[in-house]
Order: sequence, then C-alpha cells, then structure tokens
Amino acid sequence: MELSLLFQTLITGLAIGGIYSLMAVGYSLVFSILNFSNFAYGGVIMLASFAGYYAMTLLGANVFVALIISMAAMAVVSLATERVAYSPLRKRNAPPMFFMISAMGLSIFIENLVYATIGAHFYAYPIIFEETTINIFGAALGKMDLFAIVFSIIAIAIMNYFINKTRTGIAIRAASYDSTVATLNGVNLSVVIGLVFVIAGAFAGISGMFLGIKYMAYPNMGWITNKAYIAAVIGGLGSLPGAIYGGVILGIVEAFVSVYITSTYRDVFSFAILIIILLIRPAGLFGKYLEEKV
Amino acid sequence: MFSSYIWGVITVCMYTSIIVVGLAVFTGFTGLVSLGHAAFVAIGAYTCAILTKTFELPFFVGVIGAALTSGLASLIIGYPTLRAKLRSDYFTITTLGFGEAMRVILENLEITNGARGIGGLGNYSHPITVFVILVIVLWVTKNYIFSRYGRMSISVREDPIAAEMAGINVVQVRLRALLFSAICAGIGGAIYAHYIRFIQPSMFISTQSTLYTAIVVAGGMGSITGPCIAACIFTMIPEVLRVADQWRMVAYGAVLVAIMVLRPSGIFGYKEITIRGMRNLVRRLRKQKLIGPEGVEIDE
Repeated sequence: MELSLLFQTLITGLAIGGIYSLMAVGYSLVFSILNFSNFAYGGVIMLASFAGYYAMTLLGANVFVALIISMAAMAVVSLATERVAYSPLRKRNAPPMFFMISAMGLSIFIENLVYATIGAHFYAYPIIFEETTINIFGAALGKMDLFAIVFSIIAIAIMNYFINKTRTGIAIRAASYDSTVATLNGVNLSVVIGLVFVIAGAFAGISGMFLGIKYMAYPNMGWITNKAYIAAVIGGLGSLPGAIYGGVILGIVEAFVSVYITSTYRDVFSFAILIIILLIRPAGLFGKYLEEKV
Repeated sequence: MFSSYIWGVITVCMYTSIIVVGLAVFTGFTGLVSLGHAAFVAIGAYTCAILTKTFELPFFVGVIGAALTSGLASLIIGYPTLRAKLRSDYFTITTLGFGEAMRVILENLEITNGARGIGGLGNYSHPITVFVILVIVLWVTKNYIFSRYGRMSISVREDPIAAEMAGINVVQVRLRALLFSAICAGIGGAIYAHYIRFIQPSMFISTQSTLYTAIVVAGGMGSITGPCIAACIFTMIPEVLRVADQWRMVAYGAVLVAIMVLRPSGIFGYKEITIRGMRNLVRRLRKQKLIGPEGVEIDE
C-alpha cells in the first residue's frame, strides 16, 4: 500500500472534515443552550453559499471580503430565524419538540424559497486561487483546501477563546448549564440566546461559503448539511469539542471509505458509523448524558 | 359517479392517510419525531413492486411483504437509537441519516434498477381496495390506541420518568410504536407503488418525510382523525390551486412555523372527530351557545 495515497486520503478527509466541524459547532452551540435540533441551520448554510457567490460575482469582492459579507449576512438571518420562529416558543416555555418542528418548517421554507426565486441551478464560484497544489510528503493539497483548514482552525480558536475566557462567554456557558439559574444571576437570557444565534450564523457563513467553493452553490445542499447533524451526534450533542472531533472523524472516515472501499456507498457508511457509535456509546463520543428535561 | 381524476385524488388521500396514521401513532403518541419515514414508505413500495413484478406474486402477498420488511427495518434503526433513553434528537437525526442512506442504497442496488426506478407495475390500487385497507388500518389503530399499549405510549409521551416509575418499559413502548408506524408506512408505500405504477428513489427524499411529519403536526399530535383530515387537506389544496410546486412547499414551511408559534396543538389538538362529537356540536349550535366543542384545551 502506497503511503502517499494514505496520506493524500487523510488530507482530503481533513479538508472536508474541517468544514463539517464548523457546521457541527454552529449547530451544537444552539443545541447546547436551547436544547433542540436547529434543523433550519442547513438552510442558513445553503443561503451562505449563495451570499458568498453573489458577493464575489455581483459585488466583485475578494475572498476575504466575501467571507465577511457572508458571515455578517448569515448572522442577521440566523438572528431573524430565532426572533421569528423560536422566540415566541421560548417565551411560552414550549417543549423542545415544538422548537424542532418549527425549525423543520423554517428549513422547508428557506430551501424552497431559494428554489422558487433563484432556481435549481448550480452556481460555480469564480476561481479564487490558481489550481496549484502544495506538496506535503508526496500528497497534494489544494491551496483552497489549505486556506479552508487554516481559516476553520482560526475561527474555532477565536470562538473557543470567546466562550471560555470572556464574561459574555461565561454567561453563555452558564445559560447552557441552567438557564433559570443564569437568569437569576443577572444574565439577560434573550441577549445571550441572540448572541449564540449570531455566532452560529457566522459559522454558517464560513462553512456555507467553503462548501459553495468546493461543491458549487445550489438549493438542495441538504444532503451535505445533514452531515453537520450526524457529526454532532457522533461527537455527542451539545458538546463543542465533540462537534469538532465528530466533524473531523466523519470527514476522514468518508475520505477513506471513498478511496479504499466504495465511493457510491459513502453516505451509507457514514450512517453505519453513526449507528455503530450509538450502539457502543449511546451518548456519542464526548456527550454528556443528557436526558430530556421534563 | 366520479371521473377517474376525482377517484385518483381520493386514492392519494387514502394512502397518504394510511402512512400518516401510522406516523401519528408514533409521533403523536410517543412524542418522538421521525424525519426518515419516507424511507419506510420506500422500502414498502420497492418490496411490493419487486414481489409483484419480478416474482409475479399476487398484490396482497406484496402488501404483507412490504409491511414485514418495513417493520424489520424499523427494528434495526429503532433498537440502537431508542435503547438508551437519550434525548429524542438522537433518534431524529438518525432517522434523517437513515432516509439518506436508504436513497443511496436504492440508487445503487441491482434489484431496484438504480436511479431509473421500476416501471410498468400492475394497476392494483383500486379505490375500493385502498378503502378497505384504510378501514382495516384505522380499525387496528383505534384498537391500538385504546389498548394498554396505547395508554402506555401516552404516559411515555407525557412523562417518560414517571412512566418508568410505574413499571413501563419505555424503550419497548417506543419501539413498538415505531414498528407499528413503519408497518403502516410500508403498506402505504405498497399502495403508492401500484397507484403511480412507477417508482424511483427520488420520490422518497427527506422533504417527503418532513411533509408526513408536518401533516401529523398540523393535524394535531395525539389525534388520529386530525392527521387524516390534514392529509386530505394537504393533498387536495395543491390539486385545487395548481400553483407552482416550489411555492406550495414555501407555504408549507411557513404554515408549519405559524402552527408552532400560534397554535402548537395542531388543528384538532388532542380531540378526535367522532359521530357523537358531531351530534353534540349540532345540538350546541341549535341552542345558540357558541362555545367550542368539549374537551380541555391543552396548549403545550
């Protein structure tokens, strides 16, 4: 077995795994504080791929400006989804299931709105870096992939610092442990939740644009955004390190399955891994044993 | 009496009802959301199609086969995910993955003819046949709901911990409800295959699963007649309006959010439409007291 192919597969897996991680982090962040599956997140990621595409083609922005535009736009969209679809439920203390169904409705709404207005075409991004690759121990790494990996790591590091070291971050963590007690201690829950959605939206902005560059922008990207949810479950729902590792593991496993076993059944293997991990560790790899709040 | 077009719409209403009734037992009575029910429908449709076309067996054998394979698949999915009493989100996301995986499998298998699908199926889904199956399914469902299994499901939905304290095996109850709903979905799929007479994997995508769940939610969780009526409404409105398909789905999404925000118990909530209820309603309207039908309004 050639070592270079092994290494190449690992790098390909890391490149896509990094994007999965970003998506899973945004999704898991919302989960950790509101305790529900934000299925509208896939739709926001899809919108991000279009935001990035239009920023680059219509406005002629370069990749950094486009990333910032996409992040800002998705932060607004994400906050809007919270205010429209979840805020009224939160005020009524509705069970998580209602949040989830509301999110589902929102996801259908966003996806089909794009279908109906922009259409079901594939939109390819303009070329950002020339098609050159960097050689690392005989394995080729595309410049765009390298950029995506580095940018993902920086984004996650900043988020990590923010969550763990700042006062607002502590408020977010406190609210995710127990929102009632956090409120009693003077945390403005509405602001904290809004902020979490803004951060999640920014992450959707980054990951959506990278996905668009890699796979083009089109309305039914759902099959790939679903991977974010699967990665989060593999890592353990509600755990941020879990989401990061879950994404990387899923990306690497998929790359190895496509190269060494079969590329047509790749998605079946991701699903099989999900089932196997749930059989061995029902709470996911890093999951807290979270029972449903009654 | 009716034109064949009207009969067609009625048939669609009926098989959608069969699928949705099963899902109503699962989602409405155990409180878990499935986003992969189209996969169970697909398994049923393909099993029945292969049995009747490739093996030339009679339709009713195909329907039974469809029910069995869908049921078996539900146990394979349900056991690992329902086993630990984790948050229901683990289950929902697994069903989402299951739906995608099923589509990929169907697109690549030899026996399902890949993405091209299977055509030229026999026209067995006569409205009367479907009606008989629907009546049987409804009758079994009613008995299931009012049996101890149904009551156990309700108690698990309301409070899993309290239910467990009362000696109910939560996993078994949920798994049984899932099995029931998968069997219904399989039967519905078998009818669907022989009504459309052509099936391909792209008919069973996750949007379809979401739509089934949306119908149950819109009809009211914890009701059987509600989702049936919602199934008919959701089937007939696009037929009447004949608007572009995408805008219909946009409206579905918006309606779903609106229902959750404004009236989370669905159109009918926990109420059922019965002959006695109708009679009471008429009597009350005669007395000119315009109060709502009996039953406690449960908001959350």
